[in-house]
Amino acid sequence: MSRPQSEAEYLAKLIPPSVAATQFNRRSMVKGALGVGAALSVPGLLAACGSSSSTAGATAGAAASGTTSLGSNYSDAIPKGAMQAVVDAYQKKSGKVTVKVNTVDHNTFQENINNYLQGKPDDVFTWFAGYRMRFFASQGLAGDLSDVWKKFTGFSDAFKTASTGDDGKQYFVPIYNYPWAVFYRPSVFTKYGYTAPKTLDEMKTLAAQMQKDGLVPIAFGDKDGWPAMGTFDILNMRINGFQFHIDLMAHKHAWNDPKVKQVFSTWAGLLPLHQPASLGRTWQEAAQSLQQKKAGMYLLGSFVSQQVDQGKDLDFFTFPEIDSTVGSDALDAPIDGFMMAKKPSNEAAAKDFLAYLGTPEAEAIYGKTDTSDVLANTNADTSFYNDVQKKSAALIGSAKNIAQFMDRDTRPDFASTVMIPAIQTFIGKPSDVDGLCNSIEAQAKSIFV
Amino acid sequence: MTAMATGAELPVVDDRSAQTVGGVASGGAPHRGRRHHLQQLTARDRIVVALMVAIPLLLVVVLVWVPAIATVLLSFTSWNGIGGLDTIKWVGMANYDNVVTIYPPFVPAVEHNLLWLAILFFLATPFGMFLAVLLDKEIKGSRIYQTSIYLPVVLSLALVGFIWQLFYSRDQGLLNALLGTKIDWYGDPKVNIWAVLVAASWRHVGYIMLLYLAGLKGVDPTLREAATIDGATQVQTFFRIVFPVMRPINVIVLVITVIEALRAFDLVWVVNKGRNGLELISALVTQNVVGEASRIGFGSALATFMLIVSVVFISIYLATVLREDK
Repeated sequence: MSRPQSEAEYLAKLIPPSVAATQFNRRSMVKGALGVGAALSVPGLLAACGSSSSTAGATAGAAASGTTSLGSNYSDAIPKGAMQAVVDAYQKKSGKVTVKVNTVDHNTFQENINNYLQGKPDDVFTWFAGYRMRFFASQGLAGDLSDVWKKFTGFSDAFKTASTGDDGKQYFVPIYNYPWAVFYRPSVFTKYGYTAPKTLDEMKTLAAQMQKDGLVPIAFGDKDGWPAMGTFDILNMRINGFQFHIDLMAHKHAWNDPKVKQVFSTWAGLLPLHQPASLGRTWQEAAQSLQQKKAGMYLLGSFVSQQVDQGKDLDFFTFPEIDSTVGSDALDAPIDGFMMAKKPSNEAAAKDFLAYLGTPEAEAIYGKTDTSDVLANTNADTSFYNDVQKKSAALIGSAKNIAQFMDRDTRPDFASTVMIPAIQTFIGKPSDVDGLCNSIEAQAKSIFV
Repeated sequence: MTAMATGAELPVVDDRSAQTVGGVASGGAPHRGRRHHLQQLTARDRIVVALMVAIPLLLVVVLVWVPAIATVLLSFTSWNGIGGLDTIKWVGMANYDNVVTIYPPFVPAVEHNLLWLAILFFLATPFGMFLAVLLDKEIKGSRIYQTSIYLPVVLSLALVGFIWQLFYSRDQGLLNALLGTKIDWYGDPKVNIWAVLVAASWRHVGYIMLLYLAGLKGVDPTLREAATIDGATQVQTFFRIVFPVMRPINVIVLVITVIEALRAFDLVWVVNKGRNGLELISALVTQNVVGEASRIGFGSALATFMLIVSVVFISIYLATVLREDK
């Protein structure tokens, strides 16, 4: 009976990113695609950071020395290089601490995270904010970073909240995030005289016009199961507000609540404006229809820029308002960052390294190489940002509330084994909202106990 | 042939009994000959024999029985895989109850596993046998046909999935381009199981063909000659003479077909991780147990269902084989 399990582990390595459906993949795709150009800039930026070491340092005490280790899932060439650049800069600055980087294939890292953290994890490891972070903190598998956070400057309260566990202590150091928004090609909008919609009704009118003009209004692909979660998230936040959404993710509200049903009914009304047959299409294929100017809009994370001429002729607007009393100031903007093991082999050095990772200096070194994200630290140098990055930063900065994305805000077992099949069932058969919500709620009750 | 084999064995039996008789005559004690034989083993030989028995036994116990029993035990628990064994909570039949009552993918998964078995058994396997019979006729270019039909078997199912993706992709695939259709072969839950079964059968046919061809080559040609002289048609020769003679191969083909159907996993996993019309029990087990999800108890309950189905087929197979051996 154990055969499929081991086969899965074996297969996880074989499955290329276009097929596999994990967080790591979309991140790595972005990073991989941006690789070649960015690699050329590494030597230059290393030289640059050597001279600018006078940043407001957040180094944690003089006691740090010896060797610490970093378990990294940044396994593609360019993020790996970016991470190495950060580590090199830290070692140079510290002079006493050596960081041993253990890079693990991102799929394998995520599949094995439970075993990894229960075995002998590295002192510092890469992970995500949200429930996924709080879960390991509450299971006692992560180290308290509250004292490191006391020295941080430049993080907004939203980032501090996102780094805080259920017990009020900080367990996470953010490095970057990226927004989910409605992407479009300005050349298409100019050609047909479209303007970005401010309300859902305007969006529907625009979509109807796009259909008349022979375009697919909203590109859509959900073969891998997770992209449609973004649609649910944003509709729920626009209709019921941020707090309801977060509480629903924690199952403090029932999934057969009339408010949830309203989200699915609204979505059912929008589905005819989406690209049909989405369950057989990956997000990359859907992005191609935006790239080829066959589709007018696409709701996705900013990693979509990888598929669309490296972000040229690409712009976005936040998902329009549905209820004026709720507004449109919440969005999904998943945060990636670092955590510390419960019992690091060299705690002083690990904390010193983590303190460095949260500095504007360290984040800028990373961001110069990996240019699809918005750096978490607001004091970081952003002079190298491209247009999408600049706008992303402005959008995230102006948002009142930031969610992490469904599979990071709720239990991973619930997200992957219940919500993915449920949303795919809904897309295939949008008429039975009541039956769907009752089925989700029955399963949620068996998982959230 | 059967008669010949038995005839060949008979003298051996006679020899053995003659030896025993001889032993009784000379030594008096009926079992001494055998004991003597055991004593002839040196201490080193006995250690080697013991190890040769113990190591495979240990491997079977550790790799098969312990996990199987642990799976069944875990299926009565709730556990997220974190912390010691003391964090495992006993929940009785709750997992089984949930699987059957509120888990929507379960019933489709069972149906798909059975459908998989039926298609392989009634279509792919007979077709593979048919191809083997054709290729056995020494037609022109037989080697080329053999190679091309067998080629998919060399590829892993994961790779087979990618190859067929090129045909099946809705927007960029060959099939829709040729047919001028807009069918969502891998995405439409009504269609995709059939699309995947075509890909699985493509590979299975080659496998069966090769096995059967090897068997056919081993059939004594004089049997066919005799049948032809007696005026039997080709069809009669195959079904009345060749097919019964190939019983050992037939059993192997049957067993392989059942195994392939039960362990079907990689293809659907590559296509869409076993969701949206491609549910299989093995895929559901993986979704629930591997990775961050870690619904160990729930996944184990699903695995136990699969174990029960496997045991049913294994029992039927063993019963058949044992009955025939008598």
